Amino acid sequence: MRALAEGMAPMRGPLLPALQAVVEQHGFVHDDDVPVVADVLNLSRADVLGVLTFYHDLRRTPPTAHRVTLCRAEACQARGAEATVAAAVDRWAGSTDVEVGEVFCLGNCALGPSGMLDGALHGRLTPDRLDALTEGWPA
Amino acid sequence: MNPVVWVPADAAAVSVGADDVAAALEAAGATLRRNGSRGMLWLEPLVELETDDGRVGYANVEPGDVDALLGGALDDTARCVGVVDDHPWLAGQHRVSFARVGVIEPTDLAAYRADGGLAGLERALTLDPAEVVREVTDSGLRGRGGAGFPAGIKWETVRTAQADTKFVCCNADEGDSGTFADRMLIEGDPFTLVEGMTIAAIATGATEGFVYLRSEYPHAIRTLRRAIDVAYAHGVLGASVLGSGRRFDLDVRVGAGAYICGEETSMLESLEGRRGEVRAKPPIPALEGLFGRPTVVNNVLTLSAVPMVLADGGAAYAALGTGRSRGTQVFQLAGNVARGGVVEADFGISLRELVEGYGGGTASGRPVKAVQVGGPLGAYLPPSRFDLPMDYEAFAEAGAMVGHGGVVVFDDSMDAGAMARFAMEFCAKESCGKCTPCRIGSTRGVEVIDRIRAGTQRESNLVLLEDLCVTMTKGSLCAMGGLTPMPVRSALEHWPEDFGVEPAVADAATDAMSESATSTTGGARP
Ligand SMILES: Cc1cc2nc3c(=O)[nH]c(=O)nc-3n(C[C@H](O)[C@H](O)[C@H](O)COP(=O)(O)O)c2cc1C
Ligand code: SF4
Ligand code: FES
Repeated sequence: MRALAEGMAPMRGPLLPALQAVVEQHGFVHDDDVPVVADVLNLSRADVLGVLTFYHDLRRTPPTAHRVTLCRAEACQARGAEATVAAAVDRWAGSTDVEVGEVFCLGNCALGPSGMLDGALHGRLTPDRLDALTEGWPA
Repeated sequence: MNPVVWVPADAAAVSVGADDVAAALEAAGATLRRNGSRGMLWLEPLVELETDDGRVGYANVEPGDVDALLGGALDDTARCVGVVDDHPWLAGQHRVSFARVGVIEPTDLAAYRADGGLAGLERALTLDPAEVVREVTDSGLRGRGGAGFPAGIKWETVRTAQADTKFVCCNADEGDSGTFADRMLIEGDPFTLVEGMTIAAIATGATEGFVYLRSEYPHAIRTLRRAIDVAYAHGVLGASVLGSGRRFDLDVRVGAGAYICGEETSMLESLEGRRGEVRAKPPIPALEGLFGRPTVVNNVLTLSAVPMVLADGGAAYAALGTGRSRGTQVFQLAGNVARGGVVEADFGISLRELVEGYGGGTASGRPVKAVQVGGPLGAYLPPSRFDLPMDYEAFAEAGAMVGHGGVVVFDDSMDAGAMARFAMEFCAKESCGKCTPCRIGSTRGVEVIDRIRAGTQRESNLVLLEDLCVTMTKGSLCAMGGLTPMPVRSALEHWPEDFGVEPAVADAATDAMSESATSTTGGARP
């Protein structure tokens, strides 16, 4: 952790890239990481927490085994995204293995509904196609 | 000889299986090239086979089609779209910024140069910085990120500012729903952006640049990073740009999932590593931008138009377009549209030509009910407004905005009341929290719209919604809060029945609203 932050320290404006690197390598930012990052970058804990709570990408809890992140923005809604969202929420309600999240636009707005399945972009994501692509995923 | 096939590596094509098709073609012995997308997205994955006549396209290819494709069995079917360059959907467009997208391999610098790339930068290096800026001013090029501010004026401010360091920052946050042109350009022809930013640096005396690219675009991040490495390796970037002795260093910074970071001062805060809270203006970023230094902030498409402006001269660019909207605009057809994708055309094209002509109506085959132009802060327009010409001033007069050129189509199953509610919900979720009208007003907005739709004290809640829209429009620091009333108000004006409201009552409410909502400049995307 310390080494990771130290690697970023020489950059201009290192705090956000440092926290992004933590999420990339460890999956999330643990509360115990906050003082370490603050110390290395010579910032207050409040500075670090402030940034940590501002950005959706900076998760603070361990990631689940699988992630479904569905676009709920206008162009995907126009193509039926809400039905896909409802199906996913329904299927994985209470699941500890699959997290269903929302995002607003993935830049795939002519081929929606769009979503990320474990980080990979998919289009034309009807409830049926979502089921087909996630066959074998835990409930 | 092995057949040569082109399979887009563009994220949209990949999202519907292009990588699997590419793997299958390679396994079948074809020589594989990966291009960007031509922007005819409804045809993706669109595979192109090199022939003596040109590159022949095959639409919606799946891995199982590969043998048929290579064996010629698809040639007499509707899946074969003929020589792609001659496709009527493309042939009618005026591709300037998108000329190479989908045509070349994105990070092949030799192909870029062979196709006219770097000519603008080479010419810029022979001119005085002031002359470079003058070309951009003469071109009439305006910002493509939303506000349409003249690029030349911004550059001149940065050029004449005195400072130890100046920056060029490219806004590639592209958060608007219905827009993907920045992404496609970066994935399909990243050197155009690199060249445009380098020209901006040469013109203004900047030595460092950043592209702020949203995290939702992992493919674009990879392609741009690779392109920057190639540009360094060939001396386009670095200590001596094309051997001129002038330094320009360029880096990519990745966003972290906040829509507001597309607002330029929020983006600068984020680039400095902080919370993306909007800064009050003045000072303007051109004078006190990144780390307090003079900074050019421009959208991807603004900067990508610059190489052509310098190569062919400002006058050639200014000859395109209409009124004060010069050049071409890259429109993006999205949502429930039969033929979605990228249409680059001169300003002045009508909404009807875009939605019905290029778009071919809805994908569902049902009647078009509405389009939303200009992203989540843009107005909803009914088909009766489709004769509006796409130009900044005409749209502003009609109480709408061109914004980043996104056109989202909805069929008659759209519920305008639900979309108005969504606009408020989105604002509440994505507000940076700095000012009350936006942060609290949007949350109240959701509740008030819910009450109107439920029929709870409808008349007084309509008055309340009106007050709220006025407060947000007038009292917000930036266009997030300032323009959220635009989709809300337009939805209520055109489809009051979706709110359970009699048309006459809605008229009274929106008339009062439009007075204040359209007359302020507080909401104009600065
Ligand atoms: C809420 C909000 C979001 C914005 N999002 C973007 C964006 O994603 N990309 C962009 O280029 N400009 C965006 N803008 C406009 C920028 O603030 C700024 O005007 C633009 O980057 C300037 O570049 P240009 O003159 O080349 O358009 C946004 C503005 C607001 C108020
Ligand atoms: S209008 Fe909203 S997003 Fe803009 S500064 Fe105010 S709170 Fe932040
Ligand atoms: S609106 Fe869903 S990808 Fe753009």
